[in-house]
Amino acid sequence: MRNVLLIAAKEIQESLRNRWVLAMTALLAALALSLTFLGSAPTGNVGARALDVVIVSLSSLTIFLVPLVALLISHDAVVGETERGTMLLLLSYPVSRGQVLFGKFTGHLAILAFATVLGYGTAAVTLAATGAAIDARSWMAFATMIGTSILLGAVFIAIGYLVSVLVRERATAAGIAIGVWLLLVVVFDMALLGVLVIDQGRLISPAALSGLLLLNPADVYRLLNLAGATSASAFSGMSGLAGTVSLAPALLLSALAAWTLVPLALAAMIFSRREL
Amino acid sequence: MTALVDIAHATKRYGTLEAVRDISFALEPGQTVALVGHNGAGKTTLIKLMLGLVRPTEGSVRVLGEDPAGGGTEARRQLGYLPESVSFNTALTGREVLAFYARLKSEPVAGIQALLDRVGLAKAADRRIGTYSKGMRQRLGLAQALIGTPQLLLLDEPTTGLDPGLRMEFYEIVGELSDRGATVVLSSHVLTELEERTERVLIVSRGHLVADGTIDELRRIAELPAKVRVSVAPGEAERLRGLMGDPASGRTFNGHRVEFDVTPSEKIELLRRAAGAGDLIRDIDVVPPSLDELYAHFLRKETP
Repeated sequence: MRNVLLIAAKEIQESLRNRWVLAMTALLAALALSLTFLGSAPTGNVGARALDVVIVSLSSLTIFLVPLVALLISHDAVVGETERGTMLLLLSYPVSRGQVLFGKFTGHLAILAFATVLGYGTAAVTLAATGAAIDARSWMAFATMIGTSILLGAVFIAIGYLVSVLVRERATAAGIAIGVWLLLVVVFDMALLGVLVIDQGRLISPAALSGLLLLNPADVYRLLNLAGATSASAFSGMSGLAGTVSLAPALLLSALAAWTLVPLALAAMIFSRREL
Repeated sequence: MTALVDIAHATKRYGTLEAVRDISFALEPGQTVALVGHNGAGKTTLIKLMLGLVRPTEGSVRVLGEDPAGGGTEARRQLGYLPESVSFNTALTGREVLAFYARLKSEPVAGIQALLDRVGLAKAADRRIGTYSKGMRQRLGLAQALIGTPQLLLLDEPTTGLDPGLRMEFYEIVGELSDRGATVVLSSHVLTELEERTERVLIVSRGHLVADGTIDELRRIAELPAKVRVSVAPGEAERLRGLMGDPASGRTFNGHRVEFDVTPSEKIELLRRAAGAGDLIRDIDVVPPSLDELYAHFLRKETP
């Protein structure tokens, strides 16, 4: 455990030093702020729930951005250090490969969580400061959005590690990471939509649709935030889907947890067997 | 005393390539050992086997009483390693990197100042590693290998890229360590500089261990001739060759220096005659076969 924390601390120290953390936080804050103030223009001031609008636009953004950022920091974690030669030295120390991987995961997740909380939090606090009325339910939904965004990040960090331990070159890892991002964030939904249109509800039952959505962590995230109990679902255009797909939040959360733990465990297993 | 490193019939295959073939040796505490071979002869694979970074395909490897690839980490606390072309994260400072590695070894972080002083990095310790020269990175590499007074040091091509002054300092540090009882394994293909500093030489060629012994032992086995260089006054070379019984190996340089290749028994005879030559001789040098020559000899034997 001590080693895990040591490696996590080093990872954080390095990311602070090369301004990764700063860049990521600034990016998320800038996007969140612009969405908050530009995004609320169409609803005007009559929209009673200003924060709910922000939740909808921010979580739509998160689906694209957080997986990309997570893959960006994680795809390089093992293969990059191996290529630079720093892994060889690290593994000659009294530390197991599992500790190295979990330490990196802890560090990367902490960086991502920090950037998300600070970046998105800035937007919410600014909104509250401008005098928008925000009730407790909206705050809860916003907190859920931040929490699930971090969880979505964890999923893609774990997937990034799996890619990183499987390949021999950084460039390959980067290519595969972009492919994974495209597949899960863009292609999957389009393909699913196409299939649903063609199928016209003949073969694919609502239960089967729920199952299909669980196969994609980005969709699980979307269901959690856009089709939740808040009025956000009304704005997001997800209410139709939410009516069809009935998945309990607990199930959705465990799906995200599984999407994190399975790739991470696989990565640790492959890494510990790999010869350098 | 039990051996620090015990390798028995270790073979390592990568696909069809045999990087290490049936190598056995044991290293005793306090030895300084040169691991010599061409690039790609299997030196680095041998070191990785000792580190447990790769597992032997056949045979067994034991280091400090543990199977290094077995997942145990206790032995690694007693071990220092300097990889070939060592690299660090360039965003951190030398001190930060050493502190991290000291913590990983559960050693007090306070001890790194002495290490920084020892390798001559005290002034640069708080600069980013990105600003370090190749030599400074190599010093930092050595400093991390010395954390926690290791019993076994594995140094892979440690002096590549170091200037001669640094090399001398480097070997001084290695000398101190072995005086303290540490076993030091130096892999290199720069043989001349290892010659004076190692008690034992392991020569690897294409995965085989082709020679194992002290330099003197290897000289005896190889039966390579020593060179005797005799200097005389200009123009006297022919007279000298006559006096020496004109051995076939005599070669004259510039009319005043003659070089003979002699086996150990011939050498004594030649020196006796030289002693009788009186004023004719101005200077005599006896040059035993160098590690370079021994290495070439064992490689030739290996590849008929």
